[in-house]
Amino acid sequence: MAQGVTITYWQYEFRSKVEAINELIRRFEAQNPGIKVVHQTFPYDAFQQKVAAAIPAGQGPDVVNLYYGWAPTWVKAGYLVPLPDDWMRRLDQDFVAMAQAAKVGGKLYGVPTAVRSLALFYNKDLFRQAGIAGPPKTWEEFIAVGQKLTVKQGGRFTQIGYGIAPDGQDHHLVREVLVRQFGGKPYSDDGKRVLYQGEAGLKALSFYTDWVRKHEIGIPGFFPGNNGYRDGFIAGRIAMIIDGSFAIGTIQQGARFNWGVAELPLERPGGRKANFGSFWMHGLTPLATGPKREAALRFLAFITSEETQRYWLEKVGELPASKNLIRDPKLSLHPIYGPFVLSLAYAKATPFVDEAAQRKVMVDAINRVLLQGMDPAQSLRLAAEEEQKILDQFWR
Amino acid sequence: MRLTLAWREALWAFVFLAIPLAFFLYFRILPAFQALWLSLYEWHADPSQRRFVGLEHYARLLEDPVLRRALFNTLLYTLLGIPSQIALGLVIALLLQRVPFGRDFFRAIYFAPYVTPAVAVAWVWSWMLSPHFGLVNELLALLGIPPQPFLQSPSQALPTVTWVVVWQNLGFQVVLFLAGLESIPRQYYEAARIDGAEGWRLFRHITWPLLNPVLVFSVVIGTIGYLQLFTQVVNLNFTDQGGPLNSTLTLALYIYQLAFLRFQLGYAATVTVLLFALILLITLVQLKLLTRRVEL
Amino acid sequence: MKAKNRLTGFLVLLLLLLGGSVMVLPFLWMVLTSFKPFPELFELRFLPREPTLENYRVVLGETGFMRWFGNSLLVASLTTLSVLFFDSLAGYTLARLRFPGKNLVFILILSTLMVPTEMLVIPWYVMSAEKGWINTYWGLLFPGFITAFGVFLMRQFFETLPQDLFDAGRMDGLSEFGVFWRIGLPLVRPALAALGIFTFLGNWNAFLWPLIVVQTPEMRTLPVGIALFSGEAGTAWNLIMAASSLAVLPVLLVFFFFQRQIIEGVVLTGVKG
Repeated sequence: MAQGVTITYWQYEFRSKVEAINELIRRFEAQNPGIKVVHQTFPYDAFQQKVAAAIPAGQGPDVVNLYYGWAPTWVKAGYLVPLPDDWMRRLDQDFVAMAQAAKVGGKLYGVPTAVRSLALFYNKDLFRQAGIAGPPKTWEEFIAVGQKLTVKQGGRFTQIGYGIAPDGQDHHLVREVLVRQFGGKPYSDDGKRVLYQGEAGLKALSFYTDWVRKHEIGIPGFFPGNNGYRDGFIAGRIAMIIDGSFAIGTIQQGARFNWGVAELPLERPGGRKANFGSFWMHGLTPLATGPKREAALRFLAFITSEETQRYWLEKVGELPASKNLIRDPKLSLHPIYGPFVLSLAYAKATPFVDEAAQRKVMVDAINRVLLQGMDPAQSLRLAAEEEQKILDQFWR
Repeated sequence: MRLTLAWREALWAFVFLAIPLAFFLYFRILPAFQALWLSLYEWHADPSQRRFVGLEHYARLLEDPVLRRALFNTLLYTLLGIPSQIALGLVIALLLQRVPFGRDFFRAIYFAPYVTPAVAVAWVWSWMLSPHFGLVNELLALLGIPPQPFLQSPSQALPTVTWVVVWQNLGFQVVLFLAGLESIPRQYYEAARIDGAEGWRLFRHITWPLLNPVLVFSVVIGTIGYLQLFTQVVNLNFTDQGGPLNSTLTLALYIYQLAFLRFQLGYAATVTVLLFALILLITLVQLKLLTRRVEL
Repeated sequence: MKAKNRLTGFLVLLLLLLGGSVMVLPFLWMVLTSFKPFPELFELRFLPREPTLENYRVVLGETGFMRWFGNSLLVASLTTLSVLFFDSLAGYTLARLRFPGKNLVFILILSTLMVPTEMLVIPWYVMSAEKGWINTYWGLLFPGFITAFGVFLMRQFFETLPQDLFDAGRMDGLSEFGVFWRIGLPLVRPALAALGIFTFLGNWNAFLWPLIVVQTPEMRTLPVGIALFSGEAGTAWNLIMAASSLAVLPVLLVFFFFQRQIIEGVVLTGVKG
């Protein structure tokens, strides 16, 4: 083991995560005298800009935290290097299914500490006032509940049943959840072909947009602000939203009513289960050369170990990525974490290659229907064409 | 060697310009060339792996519908924004000169938006313009006008963003015009008054011509600014950047997305070349058409 | 006659008040929000129900706000001084001295405004990495040290001045620099003041480059620091408003100071000694 190596770790600034990593570094350095880890953090909104500029200049992180969806773009542009092949075995054996999305072109580029998925957040007080027993288990119940809880006064909504947000989590909902629940697949297994323009996809988009156009259980842009759907829920004006486990902290801090979490509704009782899983992972950059590489790999292994994941859950409140830890009954029975944990068994992470562009494709597909009244079939066809072009260009 | 007066003047000019020119060449022009040069390559973090692709990115430019939208939007912002900003700015500056009292107070008020941080501005305006909870729609309701979607609508989003930009820039424009107005020596007005001129004639024959340099500056700098519009566009539709269905997307935002979210710096550089050419052309035309030499 | 003036004055006042309320309302909202606790952000009220100083306490006590403030103040002040000097010198030269290639030089300088900063940050970062400017004050300073914006502005104002004043100065024996410093500059005081305000503010709010060049918390400037209050799962708007309200104060001070200079105007009564 080389003497006196310093490696740099970058992540975005979030208080509990910063404190957690600082503590983990302390423990790691104690166990690995001779390795020093420098921890630098940057604003979430500008994180990619930092990395984009730093690595080409040779002055940046050796280990970097990144959203899994960015990996293919980063790999193609030379910002990440593959992890040793034996790491893949560990990933396949020990980590939840969605972690497979950390592989690009057959090689592994990162490992997560924690994972997230989607669930239904609902306002228990509003439910009780309207005499609704519990969260909806099927989409039919969901629409009925939504209609009951939507209040329109003189042409304007003052409360809506569901927080429609195409640019929130709803594009994931359509692409990854509804398409699968209705029997289809959004992409081919190798991720290179768009499949959602088929029957299941059309059903998914029509079904979702009908929530606005036919059943009127919500409207886009109801509550102001960047994450208006979540803010509106916290304000008690939106009865249900579909959001990620990363929203738990904010909702806990802001909501002044009783709220609950439930697994996403199904097409029918016993129907197909689907969920969108995502994660932030730690990757290795081309700057980690020579003795730094060995040190970086050690650090990487340390911050993704089961022990770290347990600490992370406690300190940051994010669900562990390990298959083992997920089986803990304390977690799956937890009133808030439970529904998320249960979904991790079947949650899939969309294999984005150009996350920013692909996200926009689906958001636009939905908006063309909701804002311009376009026929869902036509909108979906346009989207599929656009996205196929993006995929083709990447895999060229 | 005896230097003529003209030579001496030219020499002094170069002495004075030495540091500024060196600065611009090293810190702005050279890096600009380096950045634009990237348009001929496929970007890669490792310089040795940057593949030369010639004019491939330029061919992509021609077939890119998003680029066409961004170009259209950018020009539209400029056409809407510049006249509004300049007209409003001039009117307010003139009013400020004539207000009987509270001049300092009003100047501060009109300047306040310009100093307010962009995120705060965006947050407040997105609330005020909210289709369901916003103050603006409440006021429109009093006039019997149904609630407007503003930032949520592909057709209304761009003019709405333009309004916020003009609103924020007014402080800048007013300060500029005030400086211009106060730079006109009072003697000219006195001399004209002695000749019997007043009010509108004073404005037409003294103020307006002598404001020309500031006006040219405002139009040229303003246009350069609008053609690179970015901040307000990003902040007003933060989770759907570029607005619903790309209705507010600008060239500068598109470049940013390509470079920093999609790591396609080669293509981003290509769009930058286009933007640069556009700005240069428009600026040259404006300078030629608008500048008037005023002899006194 | 007097009545007419009073009526005009009253109308002017009314118009300015109407316009002023549109101008100042969002600013007021920002300040009022800074006194609201987090849950109140989601209520549709203008005034805080339970006003609190907690946001200010957190911003000032638990973040690096004072440090960010200090950094921004240092960088913005130094840049403003440099710009006021070099830009006016260059603007003066372009306006009042004759030399071959003048127009070309002017266009060349102006062209530096035509490539958006976002594309320049990568060459700048590479340059800074090579020269050791990363995470340093010079790294923060250099991009804004001399600006084409200011050169253009000063050129416009210098151009409007009558030639005889400068000739008189030369005949009185002043050096070329002296003509610039003692005759030219005092006559463009309003323009200098305006440039001072704009430069200070532009630097104060600059985000992209300071974000890129700074690596450690101690070197962060205000906009970079304030951006830390947003995350993946939402934004602490109450903290952002508190920090923004504080961040606005120095700029307002700079504004009040400089605008006095603008208002005092210009008097052309021969050469001032």
